[in-house]
Amino acid sequence: MSEVAIVGIGMHRFGRTEGVSGRAQAVHAARAALADAGLRFSDMRFGFGGSHSAGDADTLVSELGLTGLPFINVANGCATGGSALIAADAAIRSGQHDVGIVIGFDKHPRGAFNTDPAVHGIGPWYGETGMMITTQFFGMKIQRYLHEHDLKPGALTTIAEKAFRNGARNPMAWRRTAIPAAEIEAAPMISHPLTQYMYCSPAEGAVALVLCRADKAREYTDRPVFLQGAAFRSRRYGSFEVFSPWLATDRADSPTVEASAAAFAAAGIAPSEVDVAQIQDTETGAELMHMAETGLCAHGEQEDLIASGATAIEGRLPVNTDGGCIANGEPIGASGLRQVYENVLQLRGDAGEHQVPGDPRVGFTHVYGAPGISACTVLTR
Amino acid sequence: MIAGRTTVDDALFVETPEGPALRGSRCAGCGAHTFPVQDGCPRCTGSSMVDVTLARTGTLWSWTSQGFTPKAPYTGTAAYEPYAVAYVELPGQLIVETRLVETDPEKLEIGMPMELVLTPFRDDGSGEPVHTFAFVGVSS
Ligand SMILES: [Zn+2]
Repeated sequence: MSEVAIVGIGMHRFGRTEGVSGRAQAVHAARAALADAGLRFSDMRFGFGGSHSAGDADTLVSELGLTGLPFINVANGCATGGSALIAADAAIRSGQHDVGIVIGFDKHPRGAFNTDPAVHGIGPWYGETGMMITTQFFGMKIQRYLHEHDLKPGALTTIAEKAFRNGARNPMAWRRTAIPAAEIEAAPMISHPLTQYMYCSPAEGAVALVLCRADKAREYTDRPVFLQGAAFRSRRYGSFEVFSPWLATDRADSPTVEASAAAFAAAGIAPSEVDVAQIQDTETGAELMHMAETGLCAHGEQEDLIASGATAIEGRLPVNTDGGCIANGEPIGASGLRQVYENVLQLRGDAGEHQVPGDPRVGFTHVYGAPGISACTVLTR
Repeated sequence: MIAGRTTVDDALFVETPEGPALRGSRCAGCGAHTFPVQDGCPRCTGSSMVDVTLARTGTLWSWTSQGFTPKAPYTGTAAYEPYAVAYVELPGQLIVETRLVETDPEKLEIGMPMELVLTPFRDDGSGEPVHTFAFVGVSS
């Protein structure tokens, strides 16, 4: 078995880029990642990639080069990028291939996602009556979580404040202006207790990563980042997921709990060793819940960590140092790979104005989304 | 028609002497419940589900508001807005997602007792209201 390294990273800036297709953004990211590794597309032995609403990743070869490589499309909702990465990890770890590329990209229309219930196996009544709405799910999930753990909603504001503050320090972020707490709280209520500025928006952007066998990594870069653990899980009976007309009265952990535990176990690294974490913040309640579900802290401990600044860039446990989904928006296909891109920057010491101090050594990423899936990675330098 | 009223989907409902109730499934093997009806059991993976009438009363498990008019496939109309949504626990059965008639956060509290009603959410072509289910608070 080969270990796996990331030797090239590339990104097309997130946000809104009028007149540039999602595919063009993907090609931009792929070329940047290849250049970063000092490789050409003809050196790639495989590709995995996907987008939710910007086209098929495998058609990018018409632009990148018709080299005959096996390029497999991945369509896994919010975990599309994470799943592509896990597939690449397996392809290298198994010895099947030495070097390849993963590409995640997207370009969504403005406004909340509107989803056809039939895609999720639910009758038309669910959409017609106004329940097929992701923002409601997040409101109800955090409402219940705050109740169960006796937490106050103030942390939801502080997390948004941090996201915009970090975004302001990240030249690749979409939202680059700090927003004061009072303005976040006074924004229109979307789904109680979450206001408009506590949610991320659908957006555009692309990320590509070049991966190779770890023992060859130094041929391409003097600063490889190693993918020590990567895991994907779907929901169990009793977990609380989006688009659920009913929940079981027996409660079960979210898929995040199992995916993160599996990634840490594969890496042989404990959550307490993490120096920088990028975790799914579709809205600020998600960041709050996921801090504990990933094992980075205990349930209920978040309030003090957040209020004390422990999760800020200069804190003990920096979370979403690039501004997360809230400051970058969520192009579904690219979002999970953005987190890995950010951690590679951090572990290389290349994050500039938003660099975590103290030479971080261990990075963690976590994506979570519909219909109850999670993908996590543990990275080291 | 359920209880003399047009609904979004009559298959969601059962008429009972106490009023309309939701129609679900119960696994003959392990006792798990689902809503709406389905053929397979998500708990034991068996396929021997039987129809069951779900409880008309329960307690508020979580809730939220709906702060904007949804896009399609939503077909509700302004006359029946705003609305809120919630999960209501039907003891021993399941936790059902539902609309709420009450939208004032001050009047919603997790744990409060609730009861199922039919509530209009749009009008049909002839101007007659089309109903879905909702829960309303009851005094305990
Ligand atoms: Zn069963």
